[in-house]
Amino acid sequence: MTDARDIDQVTGAETTGHVWDDDIKELNKPLPRWWLLTFYVCILWAIGYWIAYPAWPTLAGYTKGVLGYSQRDVVAREVAAANQAQGSLREQIAALPLTDILKSPDLARFADAAGRAAFAENCAPCHGRGAQGAPGYPNLRDDDWLWGGKAEDILQTIRFGIRSDHKQARASQMPRYGLDKLLDEKQILDVAEYVLSISGGTMAKEPAARGAIIFKEQCAACHGNDGRGKPEQGAPNLTDQIWLYGSNIDAIVTSIRTGRGGVMPAWEGRLDPVTIKALAIYVHSLGGGQ
Amino acid sequence: MCCGGMNAIGPPAMAAEGSNIVATVLDRRSDPKASPGVEIARHDVEAVNRKVDREFYAKRQPIYPKRAHGKFRIVKWVVMAATLAIYYALPWLRWSRGPDLPDQAVLLDMVNNRFFFLFLEIWPQEFYYVTGLLVLAALALFLATALAGRVWCGYACPQTVWTDLMIAIERFWQGDRNARIRLDNEPWGAVKIVKKGMTHVSWLVVGLLTGGALVFYFRDAPTLARELMSGTAPTIAYLFLGIFAATTYLLGGIAREQVCIYMCPWPRIQGAMTDSHTLLVGYKRERGEPRGSVRKGADGQIDWSNRGDCIDCKACVVVCPTGIDIRDGSQLECIQCALCVDACNDIMERIGRPRELIGYDTVARTDAVGRGQHEPFRPIRARTLLYAGLFGFVATIMLVAWSNRTLLDVNVLPDRVPPYVMLSDGSVRNSYTVKILNKLQERRTFHISVRDLPGAHLSVLGATDAAMAEVAVATDELREVRLFVTLPPRESRALTAAPQNVTLVVTDQSSGRQSARHIVFLIPAPKP
Repeated sequence: MTDARDIDQVTGAETTGHVWDDDIKELNKPLPRWWLLTFYVCILWAIGYWIAYPAWPTLAGYTKGVLGYSQRDVVAREVAAANQAQGSLREQIAALPLTDILKSPDLARFADAAGRAAFAENCAPCHGRGAQGAPGYPNLRDDDWLWGGKAEDILQTIRFGIRSDHKQARASQMPRYGLDKLLDEKQILDVAEYVLSISGGTMAKEPAARGAIIFKEQCAACHGNDGRGKPEQGAPNLTDQIWLYGSNIDAIVTSIRTGRGGVMPAWEGRLDPVTIKALAIYVHSLGGGQ
Repeated sequence: MCCGGMNAIGPPAMAAEGSNIVATVLDRRSDPKASPGVEIARHDVEAVNRKVDREFYAKRQPIYPKRAHGKFRIVKWVVMAATLAIYYALPWLRWSRGPDLPDQAVLLDMVNNRFFFLFLEIWPQEFYYVTGLLVLAALALFLATALAGRVWCGYACPQTVWTDLMIAIERFWQGDRNARIRLDNEPWGAVKIVKKGMTHVSWLVVGLLTGGALVFYFRDAPTLARELMSGTAPTIAYLFLGIFAATTYLLGGIAREQVCIYMCPWPRIQGAMTDSHTLLVGYKRERGEPRGSVRKGADGQIDWSNRGDCIDCKACVVVCPTGIDIRDGSQLECIQCALCVDACNDIMERIGRPRELIGYDTVARTDAVGRGQHEPFRPIRARTLLYAGLFGFVATIMLVAWSNRTLLDVNVLPDRVPPYVMLSDGSVRNSYTVKILNKLQERRTFHISVRDLPGAHLSVLGATDAAMAEVAVATDELREVRLFVTLPPRESRALTAAPQNVTLVVTDQSSGRQSARHIVFLIPAPKP
């Protein structure tokens, strides 16, 4: 760098001294006053900010600032405020029976929204994002309920689970007819043919007739003489079009041979009572509620 | 900043009263003896914002606009009174809309997402009506600019109106031009502190009222006024009140012409809308030059031969709020406020020369005068026809759109997971979320039905009677309902191809008006 100041001949102003592309120079003009003032104010602001707010890391932590501001406190306050805002709705849901909640549009809407969120977090892994179910995991949108489709029935299922380790869990047992040698393979096939026939399938008549006799002896106690099932025992209706484990003969044979016993966990203790009630409302409102 | 930097206002001159204490730039009156009987105040000043005198990065030179009297000044007072009255008073106007809706005539109800303009009510998704209005406003501005230059800048722009108001306040406390210059050159004392202080306090009060008026557009004005007074208004109201108070004070009181010259893009853009047939405030050089002070001849009369009408009194310069000399020609700094027209006409009358030495004229006309020809004013030309045509086109679109605006809007969202549900008897059910927007300002009951799907059964979740797909929607509300459409097994098996194209019809039970939406009904793929 030389000390000689380079003066632009056209404007008479000093240039920065650097030349681009042979002849392009930049005038060394002062910054606008307002810009400089804004810049200085920003610096002052920053210093004030360091004093007022958490700013600098130290070896053991960070400077806390004289205002005692903390983002965690802000979140905690906001959560508390949100709970406070929902307070009366949550209290009413906790206090009222489900039938009353369903009758109140405001409460039902609030419970539905809360249940939707809770469902996505807790129930969707097995029952599916849209509660559409999967083989072995019931579809919660249809009108077929293993343990009853009234809101109170759904609530009980969610609270205590099915074949869970909760004392009040719903429980039933489909025997392992094949594995435990209660029926031989031919008898199992006959029963399967009969079961398909009562749900509208057109199967071979003779095996179905033989299966009907076995059905009366072995199956009717739970599934009923007509095969319509008993929701209080969790015994499925075998005459309808909905099959949890598949509607083909192989799937039915497997069900009879090895038994079935899906497990639904108990949610009491894991979720708070209001959320569980909201879940019951949400599942009930999916379309299949009775 | 406002009290220094006088050096560029012409050569320092002595005050007329013989004061030689301060090197002042008081406007010097011409020697009355030079032209007895015609006493004209001559102002020994240079326009501070003359292009030739301006440098980059120069400090702002204070401008002391002198009060003007005349036709255009009256127009400006009237426009100021009208626009400010509309702005300050509009939120307080009431408009009855029934018990469930606000009764404020103009209300931008952000909390409830509704915009009320007198008899119009706009939902947020209809904001394109506002967009259309803004497009119309822009085209109207183009047209006005093509016809008469910066009439918007000169008369109606909020920056001009509030600056004018702030200058009037300044004049009220500190006196007219010369008194203000004298005050600025005085050392600080009790009188100066009081005069300056009261000026700034008054500006801040105007700013507060301006900000206050703004927030009233967003919340019920009487309620908000009480809340603001008692300190219980929403924080955002205080925030915007503060922002608008500060910007009004800063832009109208302090920055003034700097906003027009340096901040506003419109002076740069408007050149594209004007042409040689646009009316502009200008100085008639052919008539005015050569300029010079008046001298009486031997017969006691002023000899007007061999000279122009401009006596170089600079009355046009001292009234200018942007600090230019209109005689330098068309300039970016000129907001075309026409105060120089008033000032010059006043002088012309007093010296017995025709008015309109400075006045509205077109470049084409002044050029024609220079050639000794006559050129008429041409308001109807390709440019103005284009702008007017565009305005009419957009206005027509807006009117057609508005007249076809429905007061019943329906949105249907099908459930996608799962696409359909098989019921125990073999029926197929599809679920939909139906949103009904009741834009009528009364409660209505709607009946939902589907066409083109024989045998289908409809039910609305939560409806007391499941068989009746009936929905009541409150005044001016959106209601969202879950709709189940169930097709019995016989009908669904009869269908061979999926999906089914179906029409959902929402009927207003009282008026019979219908709104139809195309929806898709999905069924399982037929078994091979």
